[in-house]
Amino acid sequence: MNTDKQLKFRNTARRGAKWLERGVEGLFTASGWVSIVIVLLITIFLFKEGFGLFQSPTVEKGYVLCVHPSNPVERLNASQIKHIFDYETTSWSEVGGADLEIRPFRFEEIFDYYAEEEFGPDYEFLPDKLAEVVAGDEGILAFLPEQYLPADRSGIKIVEAGNITVTDFFGGREWLPTSTPAPQFGALPLILGTLWVSFFAILIALPLGMGVAIYMSELAGERMRKVLKPAIELLAGIPSVVYGFFGLVVIVPLVQRAFDLPVGETAFAGCLILAIMALPTIITVAEDAMRNTPLAMREASLSLGATQWQTIYRVVIPYASSGISAAIVLGIGRAVGETMAVLMVTGNAAVMPTSLFEPIRTIPATIAAELGEAPAGGAHYQSLFLLGCILFLITLVISVSAELISKKQRQAV
Amino acid sequence: MEQSKENEFSLQLKASGYRLRTRMTQQVAFWTIRLLGFVVVGILVWIQGFIIVNGAGVLSWDFLTQAPTEGMTSGGIFPAIVGTLCLVVGSMVFAFPLGVMAGIYMNEYTKDHWTVRLIRVVTNNLSGIPSIVFGLFGMALFVNTLGFGDSIIAGSLTLGLLVLPIVIRTTEEALKAVPDSYRSGSVALGASKLQTIFRVILPSAFPNIITGLILAIGRVSGETAPILFTAVAYFLPKLPTSIFDQVMALPYHLYVIATSGTDIEASRPIAYGTALVLIIIVLAMNLLASFIRKRVSRKQR
Repeated sequence: MNTDKQLKFRNTARRGAKWLERGVEGLFTASGWVSIVIVLLITIFLFKEGFGLFQSPTVEKGYVLCVHPSNPVERLNASQIKHIFDYETTSWSEVGGADLEIRPFRFEEIFDYYAEEEFGPDYEFLPDKLAEVVAGDEGILAFLPEQYLPADRSGIKIVEAGNITVTDFFGGREWLPTSTPAPQFGALPLILGTLWVSFFAILIALPLGMGVAIYMSELAGERMRKVLKPAIELLAGIPSVVYGFFGLVVIVPLVQRAFDLPVGETAFAGCLILAIMALPTIITVAEDAMRNTPLAMREASLSLGATQWQTIYRVVIPYASSGISAAIVLGIGRAVGETMAVLMVTGNAAVMPTSLFEPIRTIPATIAAELGEAPAGGAHYQSLFLLGCILFLITLVISVSAELISKKQRQAV
Repeated sequence: MEQSKENEFSLQLKASGYRLRTRMTQQVAFWTIRLLGFVVVGILVWIQGFIIVNGAGVLSWDFLTQAPTEGMTSGGIFPAIVGTLCLVVGSMVFAFPLGVMAGIYMNEYTKDHWTVRLIRVVTNNLSGIPSIVFGLFGMALFVNTLGFGDSIIAGSLTLGLLVLPIVIRTTEEALKAVPDSYRSGSVALGASKLQTIFRVILPSAFPNIITGLILAIGRVSGETAPILFTAVAYFLPKLPTSIFDQVMALPYHLYVIATSGTDIEASRPIAYGTALVLIIIVLAMNLLASFIRKRVSRKQR
């Protein structure tokens, strides 16, 4: 009786333990997959929001562009609209119409045409007055809210502006997300600005980083390495705002004085800060690669009468070349994604980069600076997510190519 | 080498000249490289020294324990310290267990299976994603979709995702360092897999796992971009009372008073002080991590 009970109890306990074991195992497995889930979620959310931009109308939501019925122009694109309302495009012939002066008309201007009381107590006559204005001017391009369009559309013609297109975004040279009536989402200056700053940052960081990597793997004694290694770890650990702050109070005035510039907040200041920030990545990866050169190869080179330096640049560096390329790629990745430091020192002017000594703006800095003001779900918000997608894709390409490059080295061994 | 004179004497001369030349090149190259090494150390000393020298005078008990006053041009940074502390604790509560469990799964359950290789590649990619992209994602998912609003919990989750790869990687490394004889010994004594993990492997790998936690804390306390749109406020007169409150945070505070404060010149000293506090946190975390690492390696020897 007693033993029976004990046996039963022991069995239950054993079964319980087994279930517990299974449960915990399941938990571990689930956690293991969590990175994949996160990356998938990031992709879904970024692209869902980002590609929404291409369903957004070129003209602000709730508004339309109207012309005189006799006007042959059927559609206008975002930059044409912007240039018309900036008075840079002045004739319809420039956008495919008759040789007629364009008269850009914003909705608010209606109050200059008519006295307040003419619209009626509830603005019920407003649509008619608008129709009157449009019908009365052959060259007009009116920017009107949809809700005040007249019921009778015979006196006006609505111009198609369509949705924001892929070419608008990737080919556009103007980034003016808050301009009315047609916000400009030309990401080209931002994309080029990012690549521009990162490229020159790596150009500065590479010789420095390679030198230190060679020093640490080939020349430095144990004592020197013990100083350098933690120093580089610390350099990697300094928060990017601190770099940005340092850049703002030290590098920016320095650049301004050294090159005698009107402002110090330039692409060059950004390059310098990014170069410092990319150094730890470059040094660690390159040093690892060089350390992996087999002793036999070094000894063979030295025994052939080569000096130590010849061994380094004829044997060690070629052997480690793929690791060094990985270091460069990862350094670029670090520079491309850096936000705060760049935001604080580059001046943030969204213009096409032409010189190192002018303000510039990068993708991450744009997101950081503008997301706070962009209403959720709007075209501006979506455009920032699309920029995030670009950044995400760039870093994805960088991670994957660094992986492939270092795999190549492993296979070569 | 292709010079026209071909007598023996000149050949000898050339050989010694070549040797001399290679020696010279080597000397020049080595000194250049040494110089570059010093330049890098110099940069570090410059940055750290600059902030320490300028910030040391500001640092005081009052600075650390009082709220900012007069439009953030005087007073202390207490709310920012509390906020950063909240974010650090919140993100670690989320990321540490998850990361450790993921590490256990990858090293103890499915070693070198294709799934693990895939997870490893993806985790690597995750760690390469810029922090601002995490900020975007956190805003879309936690703030807007899940409706947390700008809050400690949204910021903590975002930061947690950001440091997850660090925790996973250090856990994996730590577990790899546990000799296989421990595992077979434990199993031979009749322990189950779970018992082996919890009684044998984790205790011996624990100090190394902790270094991952510490490094993650250092990273989290300095990150600005991910919390920009998920957690932080420009200025808050009161401390947070729940996880759904907005907070101030050290890195964002530094950004704000360095670039857009009410009076940038007047708030400079506070900026130096804040930067110094940030650097001290990072320094302390790094030192702590390397101290633990050193102690562990000595013990294992």
